[in-house]
Amino acid sequence: MSSAVEQQWTTRLRKKLVVAMPASQLLPDTQPSYVASWIYVFGVTTMASLGMVILTGCVLALEGPVWWHQSSVGHYVNSLHLWSVEVFFFAMVVHLWGKYFMAAWRGKRALTWITGAVTFLVSVGAAFTGYLSQSNFDSQWISTQAKDGINSTGVGGFFNVLNLGQMLMWHIVLLPLGAVVLTGLHVLLVRYRGVVPPFEEKGAA
Amino acid sequence: MKKAFRPDVDAPEYRGTYSPYDILKEGTIAFVVVAILVFALATIFGSPDEPEVTIKAWANGAPIDFAQTALSELNGSSISASYGAPYNHNAPGQQLGPLTLAKWVGVRIPINSAQDFVVGPLEALPNAPQLDQALQQWKSASSSQQSSWLTAATNAEPHFTFQSGTLNLHTTSAGPVPVMISNLEAMARSGALDQSLVNGGNFYTTDYTKPLLFISDSAYLSDLGAKQHLLGTQWGMMNETGSYPGQSWLWLYTFFYQVPPMSTSSNADVEVFALMGLLSLVFVFVPFIPGLRSLPRLTRVYRLIWREHYRDVEKA
Repeated sequence: MSSAVEQQWTTRLRKKLVVAMPASQLLPDTQPSYVASWIYVFGVTTMASLGMVILTGCVLALEGPVWWHQSSVGHYVNSLHLWSVEVFFFAMVVHLWGKYFMAAWRGKRALTWITGAVTFLVSVGAAFTGYLSQSNFDSQWISTQAKDGINSTGVGGFFNVLNLGQMLMWHIVLLPLGAVVLTGLHVLLVRYRGVVPPFEEKGAA
Repeated sequence: MKKAFRPDVDAPEYRGTYSPYDILKEGTIAFVVVAILVFALATIFGSPDEPEVTIKAWANGAPIDFAQTALSELNGSSISASYGAPYNHNAPGQQLGPLTLAKWVGVRIPINSAQDFVVGPLEALPNAPQLDQALQQWKSASSSQQSSWLTAATNAEPHFTFQSGTLNLHTTSAGPVPVMISNLEAMARSGALDQSLVNGGNFYTTDYTKPLLFISDSAYLSDLGAKQHLLGTQWGMMNETGSYPGQSWLWLYTFFYQVPPMSTSSNADVEVFALMGLLSLVFVFVPFIPGLRSLPRLTRVYRLIWREHYRDVEKA
């Protein structure tokens, strides 16, 4: 019986996870002393603003895609959504440059960098489809301009920026799902590998 | 044999001290600070909401431009009519060297500009005997006869007038074309063309491909875009209506449209997309690209980030 339990997929996965990511690593209470710069703030700021983006987007979703044109409350929630996106990108870009100058991929952390970079690209797509989903002049203009670039690659036949329904679904389901899953993976990798140590100078680290 | 230490790939083992770190407290404080910042920005600056352009507004605001655009759909000279894939076969599309990507994918969103934007909507108009007769004349004519009428109407374009709600093409040799364009203009001015192009005969719809293509063939839309500093030559891709920040993260994308050879290329879109695709791959795979991955070590910007650490190390 116990051998059968040991062979279960669930048991084996749990054991591997516990070894790879003990609770003290997943939720640490100490960190290396070199993590002492303002630049480190921008990682958690990116996460916090992503939370605000999702929260305000969910409030907009409660009343539907044209609510914000018809209600002052809806317009205010749209303003919160817009500014949380602006803060999100600002924080993410500073975070990325900071990590570049730390060469944060060192020490088997390449996948951490890659998940972060892909999250940035997916977020650009999520923001773009958000602009297309506004159902106002801005979305008319952006969609009619962007179609030429996307059509030129052949992708336009499948990803039609003039189709509001398709763009809205990408904006509120597919791309946020991608961004959130990638962000989760990125954070787990940071906890798994730890924060990259400084470059060694004069023989000390 | 021990592998040599590669400073841009490997990280030294840290044997220094550790400091207390409350990850949940940090996350909570960050969220509260971001929330306060976002509420402040939203309260002070709000967000833009420039109303959408309707075909009705276009036909009423620029009736001559509307008539000229409708004629261009009929004679096949509009952007949509001569676009190529994914809408039709009327152009080879853009090329990236020998690669004709759009053409290979083919026509997946079929658009027949004359039928979809002019003839089809007119056919749906009820109780219009003169229009019915004009449409019958149009459909039963040979293509050379249609071309002859369209050429006459196109030549009269500079003389189109619109007075007291009536469009006059000032030509007598364009067959049924003046009646068709005038009726389409009246249909558009009433708002009926918006509805016809949006729903295409269905009750529910979320697809605005046809009305957007039709409007974007006009000079009216591009004039509005220019006023809002949204044209490509105005770095419009990263701008927003009014004075709000737009998609500033697309700066590099729009930058490439401003520089040769893309700024003068008829294949600019696919060239910029290919370049950005390549740069995106470089960005993602920086850890594996020699030279690029060494810049952080060589520029020594990290000394600013870890200045306290190096100060402590130097003291020790």
